[in-house]
Amino acid sequence: MTWDQRAALLEVKDLKVHFPVRTSLMTQMVQGNRGQRWVKAVDGVSFSVARGRTLGLAGESGCGKTTTAKTLVRLYRPTTGQVVFEGTDIANLGGRELTSFRHRAQMVFQDPYESLNPRFNVQAVLEEPLVIHGMKSAKERLARVMETLEIVGLTPPSVYLSRFPHQMSGGQRQRVAIARALVLRPSFVVADEPVSMLDVSIRAGILNLMKQLIRNMNMAGMYISHDLSLIRYMCDRTGIMYLGRIVEIGETDDVVRKPMHPYAQALLSAVPVPEVTHEEIKVPLEGEPPNPVDLPPGCRFGPRCGRRMDICTRVEPRPMAVGNGRWVECHLYRQTPDQADQEMVGNE
Amino acid sequence: MTFSETWRLLRRDKLGMTGLVIMAFFIVVAIFAPYIAPYDPDAANYRPDGSFSRMDPPSWAHPFGTTRLGQDVFSQVIVGTRVAVLVGVLSAVMVALLGTLIGLVSGYYGGWIDDLLMRITDIAYGVPFLPFAIILVAILGPGLSNVIAAIVLISWRSTARVIRSEVLSLKHRSFIEAAKVSGASDPRIILRHLAPNVLPLSLVYTALAMGWAIMTEASLSFLGYGDPRLISWGKVLFMCYVAQAIDVAWWWVVPPGLAITLLVMSGFLISRSLEEIVNPRLRES
Repeated sequence: MTWDQRAALLEVKDLKVHFPVRTSLMTQMVQGNRGQRWVKAVDGVSFSVARGRTLGLAGESGCGKTTTAKTLVRLYRPTTGQVVFEGTDIANLGGRELTSFRHRAQMVFQDPYESLNPRFNVQAVLEEPLVIHGMKSAKERLARVMETLEIVGLTPPSVYLSRFPHQMSGGQRQRVAIARALVLRPSFVVADEPVSMLDVSIRAGILNLMKQLIRNMNMAGMYISHDLSLIRYMCDRTGIMYLGRIVEIGETDDVVRKPMHPYAQALLSAVPVPEVTHEEIKVPLEGEPPNPVDLPPGCRFGPRCGRRMDICTRVEPRPMAVGNGRWVECHLYRQTPDQADQEMVGNE
Repeated sequence: MTFSETWRLLRRDKLGMTGLVIMAFFIVVAIFAPYIAPYDPDAANYRPDGSFSRMDPPSWAHPFGTTRLGQDVFSQVIVGTRVAVLVGVLSAVMVALLGTLIGLVSGYYGGWIDDLLMRITDIAYGVPFLPFAIILVAILGPGLSNVIAAIVLISWRSTARVIRSEVLSLKHRSFIEAAKVSGASDPRIILRHLAPNVLPLSLVYTALAMGWAIMTEASLSFLGYGDPRLISWGKVLFMCYVAQAIDVAWWWVVPPGLAITLLVMSGFLISRSLEEIVNPRLRES
């Protein structure tokens, strides 16, 4: 299983994040807690990320990729499962330990128009994390802020210090948001669709910046997007999510060139690949994903799958290793009954 | 929305500016009342021929005439401004602070804290304003601080509700999540990130609360529950009513009545134009 000799910085094991469905008081009184239903936003995902590497998570809206990202920085608490960060499970951290974790794990949000407080200028935005984490000297803070602004390409930094969000372009704001994530010099950064709200013309700049920073600062990176062409550009490894589960994960080249899971095939056939040699597999995808409250029995992709078999409506597929650190959750790749029932210990 | 921006938009609004000018006028009068009032508002006055000036109509010596006890109505209205402005400003500030704080805490924490605070708000909504104020003053005794307490204990409810709903929408904006990821504590998020963003909305309700406070104080004084040692507009009307002079001495009724109307109206005008600025959907054209 050691496809990568570097130790994982972040290891997620069978993570589940469920949210209670709000029901009326009447229903609660009649049914009590038995009637409590759950939205299974994330329903058992496992992966790991090492320093200097980037994992991409792709999938359509509502598949749980953003919930996964937010759980990794403890904006949500895992319902069950483990998120082991530098050797500690962060699920139930509190107080000083949580603060220390916050120092090391950061997030870049989707919308730079929303992720910056409209009343904070750039200096206030970037200094706040430093103040919270106890950098007392104002001089030291300013030096770090200036340095970070330079890293994200806002030069000369002194020009930007007193600017407010509404005085900057979308690209500049996203650079400020990236600077905020980096100002604490974290070891892990997760980016949730950081360019989806930006003009196509400035996307490349932001993407290159992030790619470079993860390499240069030897961080572990995670990139969440519905856009597979961006993931392909950014990430070493790619996971395809569907309704709260990672249905296929592996080296980006493998997954993108030859997707195995029918859903991954459908998703990839929707992305134009600018290569002559690329063999086109057109897999049409019909219907809508089912409601994450009422999941179908058996395979959750079953109802939409073009290669559905008898077993798919009865048995939920388990992750199966198919070589080169690659895992697929589909009965098509079931080789021996033995292997199919094997519990996944860690998919890397 | 920044403050300079709010101010710039407010200056363009004629009605809002009218309200501000009226309020500023009354505040100046309140500050300099003892220097403006030509007579001691409690003292009896005499005509040049030495006779007691009882219920004199307006004249050059007494622009708003005199009362049954020969007091100068003009001086009473001027000095009464102090009570009105004091009650208005103090109650409004306290209502804004209390209501905003409750709204912030309730909206941000949610869960049982929200449930508890909102049920208390429901109760405050169920209490009829004037009877509550009368009973409170009757129990605690007449006095300006009790009047203010009665106003504050009821008026925070609408501010709290509105601020809470604003916080509910703000707290899901990603800058709040970003602050959490940065490690910001709950008090820090509430005070540094949420409070400045709800402040313009809170100002709308401060101005509104000011109008209500002045009206309530006047009503209480008119009903005889005001501070017996202080002259207020409501009390001037009360004295007039007690003297059975309301239908005789128009000069005794109109000036304090007009003063109340103008000051309360200025609060509503300011509040209305602030609301249009904060909520651009209300803006016409």
